[in-house]
Amino acid sequence: MSELHTLIGKPWRKPSFIKRPWLRWALMLGFAAYLIAAYMTIDVNWSRVYEGLERGKKFILAFTSPDFTTRSSDIYAGMVESIIMTIASSVVGIAISIPIALGAARNIAPLPIYLICRSIIAISRALQEIIVAILLVAIFGFGPLAGFLTLSFATIGFLSKLLAEGIESMDKVQAEAIKASGARWTQWINYGVQPQVMPRLIGLSIYRLDINFRESAILGLVGAGGIGATLNTAFDRYEYDTAAAILMIIILIVMALEYLSGVIRARVQ
Amino acid sequence: MPVEEIKGQKIWQRRSGRESLAHWVMWLIGVAVFAYCWQQISASTTWFFVWDAPRIADDIWTRATPPRWEYITQLGKPIWDTLNIATLGTIFSLILAVPVAFLAAHNTTPSRFFIRPIALLIIVSTRSINSLIWALLLIAIIGPGVFAGVIAIAIRSIGFCAKLLYEAIEEIDQTQVEAITATGASRWQVMAYGIVPQILPAFAGIAVFRWDINIRESTVLGLVGAGGIGLQLSSSLNVLAWPQVSLILLVILAAVVISEWVSAKVRGAII
Repeated sequence: MSELHTLIGKPWRKPSFIKRPWLRWALMLGFAAYLIAAYMTIDVNWSRVYEGLERGKKFILAFTSPDFTTRSSDIYAGMVESIIMTIASSVVGIAISIPIALGAARNIAPLPIYLICRSIIAISRALQEIIVAILLVAIFGFGPLAGFLTLSFATIGFLSKLLAEGIESMDKVQAEAIKASGARWTQWINYGVQPQVMPRLIGLSIYRLDINFRESAILGLVGAGGIGATLNTAFDRYEYDTAAAILMIIILIVMALEYLSGVIRARVQ
Repeated sequence: MPVEEIKGQKIWQRRSGRESLAHWVMWLIGVAVFAYCWQQISASTTWFFVWDAPRIADDIWTRATPPRWEYITQLGKPIWDTLNIATLGTIFSLILAVPVAFLAAHNTTPSRFFIRPIALLIIVSTRSINSLIWALLLIAIIGPGVFAGVIAIAIRSIGFCAKLLYEAIEEIDQTQVEAITATGASRWQVMAYGIVPQILPAFAGIAVFRWDINIRESTVLGLVGAGGIGLQLSSSLNVLAWPQVSLILLVILAAVVISEWVSAKVRGAII
């Protein structure tokens, strides 16, 4: 009742997102201080930026008249190489990540195996594709093999982690029922675990295929094969119409893959 | 239930004959495609280099260890630049992503047939192009430097943030919006009091999550000249200063781990 009395007559105020006032003010002040410091230390050459706007306009206009023809053989070769790298690395990456995912699920694997598999995942996730690609190009030489290995390596971290989470959150009852029927370990995995995580595995695999294609577009920048090298050359020579054509192809393929993954995921789930 | 009869006894089968045939054909096509891809990769590989790889890897390892620890004094400014690229890029991208998300969500979009497809196109096209490519493009347009990196990260993140945000907007509780509308609130008041409070936690989560990803991405933007620690990495690689390269890689690794930890903590506090 007294609580009501204190409220009556006072206008309502929107509650803040962060409840504690001191924390709210500290965060705001710290953020403002950071913004000022960041602004002071970034030196932007505004005249250069202003000059660049003309080129920016040209680039945007290039999208209205993309040039698919002059460099069509380069674009075609690069695209095919990107797609090949994407498919091969997705297949190998998925094949390797399934046993690692089994090992990284605490409800299936014993502790030592769990720790080993989890550390493999952590390493693969912490290293970025492009850095791995640089190292692998230095080791294996230029070409799509380095790109293929990079993408396979990156796939392992992504897929194993998410698949292991799926296995850990599966329904224990079904797995137990299979075990109770006297199944061997392989049968248990095949009939008790696999059917439960299969929709997730398919969904994740297609999503990773999509990511691998996007990543394969940049691996060419460091010499690991794919469309990136062609794109880089196009930018270096200010051939915006060719660059626009390549970017449009990439966007179209990604859109198609996204649509496909939506359809497939809707079917399996 | 598919069964097979062997010597008069019914045995359970997982798939019927037709299903297993379809499966078999699918696997055959898959294996054929993979074999073709592998053959193509193999054809454009110099196998001599590959067989030589263990020696080269060993050689690089001996050159790269131990890291040149003194070099860390020169990495302060690049790390600060990297942090700025990620943070300012995230802020800009959020400023741009919020209107796009409201235009893309089917319960807030002003026009489902004209504006929503445009917003979705913006989301897909910014998402499907890697930040390194955006950086290449922006360097050609506005010149190398941190600013190009900030803009590259900002553009790249629009699609990601807007996509997650519009999904959050589509999942809001409609009764709260109705309640605010029933008080006679204007369109903007409904937005501010009915929709925004519901998506604010999701928004904060998305912002921190994307910031974490952006830290990762901004560490390598320097490879194409867009500022940050990647510049040091690329110049060290160019002069084959492997001890410096290994130190930079360690610093990048530490930055990634720390940012992931911070983002996990903050998201844990929000949700």
